Amino acid sequence: MTRIVVIGNGMVGYKFCEKLRASAPASDFKVTVFGEEPWPAYDRVHLSAYFSGATADDLLLAPRSWYEEKDIDLRTNELIVAIDRDQKTVRSHTGVETSYDKLVLATGSGAFVPPVNGVEKKGVFVYRSLEDLDAIIDFGKKNAKSAAVMGGGLLGLEAAKAVMDMGLDTHVIEFAPRLMPRQLDEAGAAILKAKLEALGIGIHLSKNTKQITGNGKLTGLDFADGSRLAVDMLVISAGIRPRDELAKGCGLATAPRGGLVVNEFLQSREDKDIFAIGEVASYQEMVYGLVAPGYEMASQVANQLCGKEVRPFLGFDMSTKLKLIGVDVASFGDPFGEAEPSTSIVYENKTRGIYKRINVSKDGKRLLGGVLVGDAAAYGILLQMTQNKMPLPPDPEDLILGARGGKEPAGAGVESLPDEAQICSCENVSKGAISNLIKIDGISKVDEIKSCTGAGTGCGGCMPMVNDLLKQQLKAMGKQVKNVLCEHFEYSRQELLDLVKVKKIKTYDELLNRVGKGDGCEVCKPAVASILASTWNELIVKQDSIQDTNDRYLANIQKGGTYSVVPRIPGGEITPEKLIVIGEVAKKYKLYTKVTGGQRIDLFGARVDQLPDIWEELIHAGFESGHAYGKSLRTVKSCVGSTWCRYGVQDAVSFAIQVEERYRGLRSPHKLKGAVSGCIRECAEAQSKDFGIIATEKGWNLYVCGNGGSKPQHAKLLVTDVDSATCLKYIDRFLMFYIRTAEPLTRTATWLNKLEGGLEYLRDVVVNDSLGIGEELEREMAFMIQTYACEWKEVVNNPELRAKFRHFVNDTSGDPTVSFQEMRGQKIPAS
Amino acid sequence: MTTKLEMYKTADNSKITTWFKAAPVSALPENGGACIKYKDLQIAIYKFSRRNEWYACQNLCPHKMQMALSRGMIGSEGDEPKVACPFHKKTFSLKSGQNLNGDCAAIATYPVKVEEGYVYVGFED
Ligand SMILES: Cc1cc2nc3c(=O)[nH]c(=O)nc-3n(C[C@H](O)[C@H](O)[C@H](O)COP(=O)(O)OP(=O)(O)OC[C@H]3O[C@@H](n4cnc5c(N)ncnc54)[C@H](O)[C@@H]3O)c2cc1C
Ligand code: SF4
Ligand code: SF4
Ligand code: FES
Repeated sequence: MTRIVVIGNGMVGYKFCEKLRASAPASDFKVTVFGEEPWPAYDRVHLSAYFSGATADDLLLAPRSWYEEKDIDLRTNELIVAIDRDQKTVRSHTGVETSYDKLVLATGSGAFVPPVNGVEKKGVFVYRSLEDLDAIIDFGKKNAKSAAVMGGGLLGLEAAKAVMDMGLDTHVIEFAPRLMPRQLDEAGAAILKAKLEALGIGIHLSKNTKQITGNGKLTGLDFADGSRLAVDMLVISAGIRPRDELAKGCGLATAPRGGLVVNEFLQSREDKDIFAIGEVASYQEMVYGLVAPGYEMASQVANQLCGKEVRPFLGFDMSTKLKLIGVDVASFGDPFGEAEPSTSIVYENKTRGIYKRINVSKDGKRLLGGVLVGDAAAYGILLQMTQNKMPLPPDPEDLILGARGGKEPAGAGVESLPDEAQICSCENVSKGAISNLIKIDGISKVDEIKSCTGAGTGCGGCMPMVNDLLKQQLKAMGKQVKNVLCEHFEYSRQELLDLVKVKKIKTYDELLNRVGKGDGCEVCKPAVASILASTWNELIVKQDSIQDTNDRYLANIQKGGTYSVVPRIPGGEITPEKLIVIGEVAKKYKLYTKVTGGQRIDLFGARVDQLPDIWEELIHAGFESGHAYGKSLRTVKSCVGSTWCRYGVQDAVSFAIQVEERYRGLRSPHKLKGAVSGCIRECAEAQSKDFGIIATEKGWNLYVCGNGGSKPQHAKLLVTDVDSATCLKYIDRFLMFYIRTAEPLTRTATWLNKLEGGLEYLRDVVVNDSLGIGEELEREMAFMIQTYACEWKEVVNNPELRAKFRHFVNDTSGDPTVSFQEMRGQKIPAS
Repeated sequence: MTTKLEMYKTADNSKITTWFKAAPVSALPENGGACIKYKDLQIAIYKFSRRNEWYACQNLCPHKMQMALSRGMIGSEGDEPKVACPFHKKTFSLKSGQNLNGDCAAIATYPVKVEEGYVYVGFED
């Protein structure tokens, strides 16, 4: 039995153990692992997740029991202090000696702390281990309002985001004249700087820190140019220093910039029984500060020891994507186009904060590398094209601009990748491996691909490509990529709607029993709830536990767990008396009030147990539910129209009220908004609504499928100059057709974009009745209108339903954690 | 905020010292959840009527520290019973407490038993 000693239980040391135990029986090797830290190896790459609530346990790569199961002798809290190469032993700080046949150094690296006066002061930290983070969090909470991060590289920016999230005023200090100098060119770095400044991070470039000031505890930094910055805390992230002290101590060669010198088999030059892997290894003067190359080294050494075929380690791609900061940044291949003569193509959009650059070989045939800031969606595929030397499309600029004129983007899909292309670099999984899994093993779920290959379990950056690959493979195999709702129903929303109608199914449970499986989930429950509501129009609170929380409590949940109340104000018209009632109710229950974009008034900060009482008063004064909580009709906004406005040609307010009251409470795949303008000047912004009506001299123009929100889209003109009755008929048909055919949570704009045949087809169905379903759609809508009832009225008058509105079932008190603070004379959730 | 999270520790069925009589079975919705108060803790209890199983966990969602899990929709992923937070639909296993669709911290879970029409939640005090 060969005795193997591993020094260092970090990410790479762990990976080595995993690979070794996976490739050979445990009886072949006796494995002892020494780790200086108190816990077993954890996921350092996601260290920053610690700030957002992940615990040390969550970050562990494997629990202690794993080492026991695998028969690995793990000694945490033990620092190795010396290697004796003659005796072939290592000695720990407690004096214990352990013999080895093969020794693997996986000691990683430590933060590099530049020799600046004052680094020993209180309040100065590095960012490397869980213990560092504990110290930062502890200090930051108690003693700091502001913090600086020294180092504007990949890690420094990650650290900056983390301290900013702690609520500290944050600054980044960089020695070079630009951020991420090793990955970004000047223009890209400038865009990144602007974006980070917009997030509230102060960026200070070309700053050489002369000394750290303060008496015992730091108070600020002095720079060589005479300027200074006052801060309460400093996190140093100025690079890494391999932990090669053991190697030096036993006469093994180390590189000038640190790291144990290894050959392409990761052996030390002087001693073939000593290997180095991960950040402590220096191959051709290069230390690889990323996990992917470390993992590659770990499997190479494990394979060698097991006598398996090995590929020599000849360097590794250092392309990276910055995670976390809230700004997409990526750099791949040769970002500066310096390694060989090349031409670069640059796209820059300062207002949108996007910069993309690709470097193409002189002959225009190959992609050499590039930089993406602001939009790194293409990172995965561009990296693959670079690594696999794939032929470029005739117009390489398409790669960063997207194809124009409706062409498919040239050669930019996963299907164009060769089988050897590495999809997941953290776990080294090739396209071929994933394709085979799908083709030969019949795997059809992303989760299974993840668990079989490990792809996507590291940094997760390859998941979009894995998804695309799965879709494309299934399609190539002739398997219909069916739009199923979720794992509980093998049907699309439209198919389920038909089943509900045909089989006359009225409850979720019945549908699940008859055509589904399992217990349902948060995807199918609300989708089916919406289908049932827009088919039978029964009171939704009867099946309250399948509703989204907003529909369950008939109010919108807000930060802190309170709800907001929105009474309907059709067309935005309200009498002074009713306005006073809203004011009185808000005052009585101490609610925050705000006028919404839909011309009504939102009352915030009601506890769940207060909702029925508040509504009782509102209903008593003649209000009804505004359905602000539902995927249903919200408002029909209006301008004042011909009654008051000197330009108006029709009475917009009256028509808006009529329309809003017609469709109030109508459940649909997503929320619906409408508007009516009294003339062509369009003061009600009808063209940004799901249905918008604009008055003409002769009647109304009807627009459909507009959208505000994150991707605004103008509504399209469906018909012109129709009278009121015809206009309503077409809206009836349009809405019902949408409700029947749209996927869950799809707004009308997206639905139309995906509808085959587009607007022409929609007009055929709605206006020309090409499917012959016009009357049926109108009948269905008429049923909805007749069966409408105000949900809140029913709840207020029904003691059983009312009883559901409480926080605790075993105590009448409200949620004691709800608390508020004041702002401009009103309350807001306490932060 | 973290101190609030730290109040919740998974209780192991074999180490229960207190079975807290929480509420009559009829107070809980079918296939849904409700919140109970136990000392300073807020505990979500779920009744999986379809499987005739009960689960309990902390009411506090570790994602954005919202007291909300009892108002979440329940369901299953494969065989794993789960709850989805109403705020951002993070889902958690009600067996292991693990976050199933992200890397949030795990939630604490508590054993539940039903006797003579009452639901009891177990704590290791
Ligand atoms: C905040 C942060 C974010 C990062 N993000 C990314 C990223 O997005 N992508 C990426 O690819 N990489 C990232 N990295 C880098 C990545 O974490 C490292 O490349 C990887 O952890 C290296 O693994 P390792 O095992 O070589 O070293 P380490 O993980 O540092 O492990 C070495 C271990 O050995 C122990 N040790 C050292 N000397 C001794 C001794 N004498 N005796 C006993 N034990 C000893 C150390 O205490 C340590 O636990 C990040 C790093 C940090 C700090
Ligand atoms: S849209 Fe026309 S009618 Fe309405 S307010 Fe504007 S100008 Fe007046
Ligand atoms: S724009 Fe964003 S922050 Fe404002 S109400 Fe809508 S979701 Fe909330
Ligand atoms: S607070 Fe629960 S998912 Fe965000």
